[in-house]
Amino acid sequence: MQRSPATAPTIARLIEAFHRLPGIGPKSAQRLAYHVLRAPRAEAEALSEALLEVKDSTRLCGICQNITDADPCAVCLDPQRSDSTICVVEEPLDVAAIERAGVHRGRYHVLHGAISPMDGVGPEDLKVRELLARLGDATVEEVILAMNPNLEGEATAGYLSRVISVMGVRITRIAHGLPVGADVEYADERTLRAAMTHRVEVDAQRGDD
Amino acid sequence: MPRIRPIRTEAIVLRQRPLGDADRICVLFSPNRGRIEAVAKGVRKPLSKLSGHVEPLSRGQFGLAHGRSLEVVTDAQTLDSWPALHEDVDRMTEALAMAELVDRSTDFDVASGALYQLLRHSLDELTTSSSPRSVRWWFVLRFLDQQGYRPELDSCVRCRNEVGPEGNGFSAVDGGVVCPTCHGSGVGQRLSSAVFRLLRYMRRSSCESTAQVRVDADASAELERHLRLSLEQALDGRLRSSGFAESLARAETIGRSAASSAAERVQEEQKHAAI
Ligand SMILES: [Zn+2]
Ligand SMILES: [Zn+2]
Repeated sequence: MQRSPATAPTIARLIEAFHRLPGIGPKSAQRLAYHVLRAPRAEAEALSEALLEVKDSTRLCGICQNITDADPCAVCLDPQRSDSTICVVEEPLDVAAIERAGVHRGRYHVLHGAISPMDGVGPEDLKVRELLARLGDATVEEVILAMNPNLEGEATAGYLSRVISVMGVRITRIAHGLPVGADVEYADERTLRAAMTHRVEVDAQRGDD
Repeated sequence: MPRIRPIRTEAIVLRQRPLGDADRICVLFSPNRGRIEAVAKGVRKPLSKLSGHVEPLSRGQFGLAHGRSLEVVTDAQTLDSWPALHEDVDRMTEALAMAELVDRSTDFDVASGALYQLLRHSLDELTTSSSPRSVRWWFVLRFLDQQGYRPELDSCVRCRNEVGPEGNGFSAVDGGVVCPTCHGSGVGQRLSSAVFRLLRYMRRSSCESTAQVRVDADASAELERHLRLSLEQALDGRLRSSGFAESLARAETIGRSAASSAAERVQEEQKHAAI
């Protein structure tokens, strides 16, 4: 990043630290740094404490591998949830998204990534062993693969189905098709194919109901 | 900055990597310009018009403009999405191996029409072939040829004598078959007559006929070894994507051993419950 010699080294260091964060360009990094500089000391303290606390007191849940303050995590301990299905996702944020939608009442498993053959990222780099340890004792009846519909997601889902299929557990994959708000016109061929294959019956709308 | 008119080109998407939060860098392979790295902006957002059209292992028509440092994909239209290469993990593995070879061997701004046609044809064949791995074997033989590493299959690479079908060796370092006499003095690895015949058959036959040949496990392991060593000569270095092929080959064994350790766990628990 270009830095003007007029910037004090301490501020430059903060700008650089912000710039390393995902989605923060040089301009935003500068704005954030000067905001912190002008903010009251208490605000800066709160920020630095929050940063350190997230590093010191979070860990991975020993069961589902999601990020948590308490092990096992709240989702794994919730007696209202079903043990018979595990929804496997790539990242902790995917759990948050599915929970927000409230569409899954079973458990989760976070892989912390996806297989990326071209980058040499394999199953041993993900929490696959931990997933397999949860299967096979007849408690889990179905594994729902909720990988992203891209090459890495397909590779991961393909690998997992091959491993799990010999364990006598039902495997399903979340459907993919057109996202809400999308245009059919701009959809790619594979999305359209998937949307067409997984099409659903439309309930007849009767006027006399 | 001078504004350069956007260009249009046909290309196969070899691979991608994330850039920042929303973008991806696509590695494209075009017949006229070889390898192109271009930014596809916003493709990691759900409603991007580009996203499905820049997936690796697809062929399309791309509009490219010069950005500040890298080229930028302005529009993309898929010509072949090769669904089978994405939905069937065995086909995907073979396709990725071929894409990686092309990715590692081609340069920027070099016309590569012959290699482009070879890759396109092989990916087409791979979508329907009854033997996905044989498509890759067929591809690799021709790829080596185009890279200037054509394996010699007619005469001994050491003494130049013509070779028969039996007792030969294969030396990837010397680039081909070694006669029984030279092989006897320690040159090359064993080349079985089955693999020797298969190599010669693949060289003169179509991809489709190659897929019809039945190859047993020993012969396929031997062929894989010769091809891998030859590719390492041509590209110096191991293929990254071969790691995934190996993981996939072990997948069922891993599943079975996980199932049996679960069964043991259950038995242990029942024993404890009985006491
Ligand atoms: Zn948990
Ligand atoms: Zn010889």
